[in-house]
Amino acid sequence: MNRRKTSIIAAACVVAFLGASAVTLHHADKIRPRATLEEVLYISSPQVLKRMSLGYDGLLADIYWTRAVQYFGFRHHNGETSYNLLAPLLEITTQLDPHLVVAYEFGANFLAPRPPNGAGEPDRAVRLMDFGIQNNPTNWRLYYDLGFVYYMELQDYEKASEAFRRGSQVPNAHPFLRLLAAQMAEHAGDFNTARMMWSATYQNSQDHLIRQNAVEHLRALRVDEDVTHLQQAVTRFGERTGRLPVSIQELASAEGLPGVPVDPDGHPYKLTPEGRVEVRVPEDFPFATKGLPPGIKVYPKFH
Amino acid sequence: MNARIVHIASNTFREAVRDRVLYNLIAFAVLLSGAAILVGQISIDIEKLVVINLGLTAVSLFGIVIAIFIGIGLVSKEIEKRTLYTVLSRPVRRWEFIVGKFFGLAGTLVVNTFFMAIGVFAALFYVSHKFVRADALILVALYFIILEFFIICSLALLFSSFSSPLLSAVFAFSLFVIGSFAEDLRGFAGMAHGVTRWLATGAAYLVPNFSAFNVISSIAHEQPVASQLILNNTVYALFYAAMALSGAVLIFENRNLK
Repeated sequence: MNRRKTSIIAAACVVAFLGASAVTLHHADKIRPRATLEEVLYISSPQVLKRMSLGYDGLLADIYWTRAVQYFGFRHHNGETSYNLLAPLLEITTQLDPHLVVAYEFGANFLAPRPPNGAGEPDRAVRLMDFGIQNNPTNWRLYYDLGFVYYMELQDYEKASEAFRRGSQVPNAHPFLRLLAAQMAEHAGDFNTARMMWSATYQNSQDHLIRQNAVEHLRALRVDEDVTHLQQAVTRFGERTGRLPVSIQELASAEGLPGVPVDPDGHPYKLTPEGRVEVRVPEDFPFATKGLPPGIKVYPKFH
Repeated sequence: MNARIVHIASNTFREAVRDRVLYNLIAFAVLLSGAAILVGQISIDIEKLVVINLGLTAVSLFGIVIAIFIGIGLVSKEIEKRTLYTVLSRPVRRWEFIVGKFFGLAGTLVVNTFFMAIGVFAALFYVSHKFVRADALILVALYFIILEFFIICSLALLFSSFSSPLLSAVFAFSLFVIGSFAEDLRGFAGMAHGVTRWLATGAAYLVPNFSAFNVISSIAHEQPVASQLILNNTVYALFYAAMALSGAVLIFENRNLK
């Protein structure tokens, strides 16, 4: 009976002290809220990590890949504007597993763009893609990603064209690579080419962050294109009448449009007294380069 | 194989299966396979890859831990409990005792691997909802893992034949780590000169080379394994295990058990 009593007390103590320690830890987390999420790369050398993995580098690559996605996702969700660890995390991941194609794809989409949309390291993104192509020369997606970085971030259409051309020569490459290579020469920088590329990114990726990013860019492209056309219409209206249209409705009827032009969310565009065409909710179009109120800072978010 | 070796092997197997540590490790391996499913779900686009990498790594690591911790006690425990004297007082020769122990432990590990492999395939089916032809490659990785176990078993037994369990564990684990760096050792030998080169080359061939057995990552990417490598690894593992086992027999035959 005595031993049974002691056992019950001991069991109760285990539960009570475990609960107490959890509560204490919870309080400690409140005092130092970022401590558990400290972003530290204890070992930054991929070569050292590869050796330390004792041959189990595939699993370690998966862990680092998950960490890279979580790092970006967490900071992106919190509206952070810098992603300093993204490049080393992706470099470690790909050194550990050079065939992890999704990591290169992620790098092309989020390593190259300028903050706050990405880490703003296009050169490292290019190096990452080159390493990927070196290790996976028959994967056409990597050539596409390389061309994508050259086109979107570096505006180096010649190198973009070259990357697409090389990709189009890979067996079983998607036919649009040949088209893109040709487009670069004639239509570099236009809306249709950009739309084609973002659509291709959306269709060829399974990663939901990459797909969401592509959707947001496609939405922003439509806004850019709409605003460009509407702004041209405002200029034409001014030249014709010698004044600015008083509303977007007046502009629409003067241009013979079937209705009031709306943004991708269905909100009508608005016309400012200064004759500027703007979207109603700028926060919904973080990647738009046109149609935003001057000086506004919109942080990227995915819908 | 003679009947005495079979008896010792089956007793070793039974004893190992009864061992609580062994059960805990298997349970933990199954848990890890379960974790593979969870990790797979939070890993974008590479669920299958994570399940294969994590599952096979778990099979390999837990098997190695089992091989070392059971293997190091195979001889010393028998001496400590004085059951060895009972066995050797019967018409059982010392080499038969060592070989029987090896086959018992190897058999235990093969059975363990079989059950852990079922766990890996179940987890794979859970995330993919189907099996494809390339999944059969996992069997090759499992086969290589079993070959690794044979080498580790023989090494654990070798150390167990002359050393204490603690030191045997240290030696066996160290050799596993060094064996994982065997390629680097060979690279170092290539860069060295004179005596250092000879010593490094000798060391590179003396320690087990585990890097050739690790095909987990490439199999996770559905890259085929050359049949020549399968044959080569099989022969290498058999030769190396036979060498270590012969060493164990040599030491045990000359050991004063009084």
